[in-house]
Amino acid sequence: MDAVLENLPLYWQGFRTTLGLTLASALVSLVLGTVLAACRVSPTPVLRAFGTTYVELVRNTPLTVVFYGVTFVMPLVLLGLDPLPGAVLALSLYTSPFVCEVIRSGVNAIPVGQAEAARSLGMTFGQTLTTVVLPQSVRGVLPPLVNVFIALTKNSSVAGGGFYVFELFGVARRLPNDYPADIYWLLAGVALAYLVITIPAGQLVGVLERKVAVLR
Amino acid sequence: MTSVLYDVPGPAARRRSRVWSAVGAVVVVGLVAAALARLASQGALAPEAWSPLADPDVWTFLLEGLLATLRAAALAAVLAAALGFVLAVLRRSSLSPVRWLAAAVVEVFRGLPVVLLMFLGVIALGLSIFQGVVFGLVVYNAAVIAEVLRAGIAGLPRGQGEAAEAIGMSRFQVLSVVLLPQAVRTMLPTLVSQFVVLLKDTSLGYIVGYAELLRHSRLMAEFFGSDARLPMFVVAAALYITVNFLLGRLAVHLERRGSSTGASGRSLRRRLLGGTSTAGAGAAGAER
Repeated sequence: MDAVLENLPLYWQGFRTTLGLTLASALVSLVLGTVLAACRVSPTPVLRAFGTTYVELVRNTPLTVVFYGVTFVMPLVLLGLDPLPGAVLALSLYTSPFVCEVIRSGVNAIPVGQAEAARSLGMTFGQTLTTVVLPQSVRGVLPPLVNVFIALTKNSSVAGGGFYVFELFGVARRLPNDYPADIYWLLAGVALAYLVITIPAGQLVGVLERKVAVLR
Repeated sequence: MTSVLYDVPGPAARRRSRVWSAVGAVVVVGLVAAALARLASQGALAPEAWSPLADPDVWTFLLEGLLATLRAAALAAVLAAALGFVLAVLRRSSLSPVRWLAAAVVEVFRGLPVVLLMFLGVIALGLSIFQGVVFGLVVYNAAVIAEVLRAGIAGLPRGQGEAAEAIGMSRFQVLSVVLLPQAVRTMLPTLVSQFVVLLKDTSLGYIVGYAELLRHSRLMAEFFGSDARLPMFVVAAALYITVNFLLGRLAVHLERRGSSTGASGRSLRRRLLGGTSTAGAGAAGAER
């Protein structure tokens, strides 16, 4: 217990890094995922094929493999990144297909009449998607999207596992070496720090789901 | 292919689509070419770099890694399913402390990273590396499976449980004979996607030092020098993608089969009972 209290600043540092890593990756993967979703529903076959291929390939690759590629293979063949931007890149690449699929199913859930009405007004595909369909799909997409970001929070722990980022899991790896007797307390502290993010976020999903259900 | 989002393309739209396809293809080809040129300039495409892949011993070693991955995943899947069922049953116990405890266990372990649980198993509980990897996978996935089953039971029509109680079944019988089998059936696609997630998560064993596929790929890269890092990585990634893709196909197949038979079953039930059911709460519930 004392070991945890003594190292509160370290915990705080890890917590902040985990949170920052998660938020940055959430933002990037939201942009990437939306573009991918637009590709997958677009009228241009090449874009559709690209979107589908990317989603199928990346969704089936374990995150550890993505991290390994970004950290150890990319510097040899393309360019090296610092650990933190590298981690954001790996997490965003990995999360974007999941975001894409959530948004795509949200788009598919919008009543057909909406897009038909937009088209009958003469709107192009881009206009239909960005001004009519996507804004309406936000509400239904929000709960599953938060679920994806909860998974992202937990996934960010991989960055601390041998990929040179010091976040919460990094704290869990470092401290037991210095205080072997307090190992349970130390790990419980890290677990608690994760739960502080994931459990309230899970509650938020429940609230959002109920709201969506009422509004429909 | 038609979609509601755009009209069946006319001549102008087809021309535009062709132009964009061409532009897109040129960009993709350009990027690939640039990457290949870059790889070639680093000597990564030289035959020597890829020659280790001609060695059958290398493949044996990599496949041993894959086997280690599959072994841990298979054992963890069985144990996680069993423990998940137990947790799902305990969550419906008649004793409120038991219910409360099971719910707390599910909430806590669902909210933790799998690596942390593996790490806990290895360094705090004193398990072997293999046991630690399986422990992490089992604890996390059991919590998720319990939650999936709970959602599946919640999605069943109320009449199912009520009818079972009405004919005098015990609480446990209602659950094990009537509710759980139906919940498993509607949630089967979600359960299979969760097993894909579990298989992918086995690669987290790399972090705690389990000699699985990625670790074996790295060892090979270290043995043959950094030129072999790319080939070994490509092979490991390709093996993972192939296995996961096949499991994913299975999930899609089950979903199709489930939804066709399930849909007729639902409409029959609706016709008989005049109620609506919310079966098939969705395959989106898997947690990666």
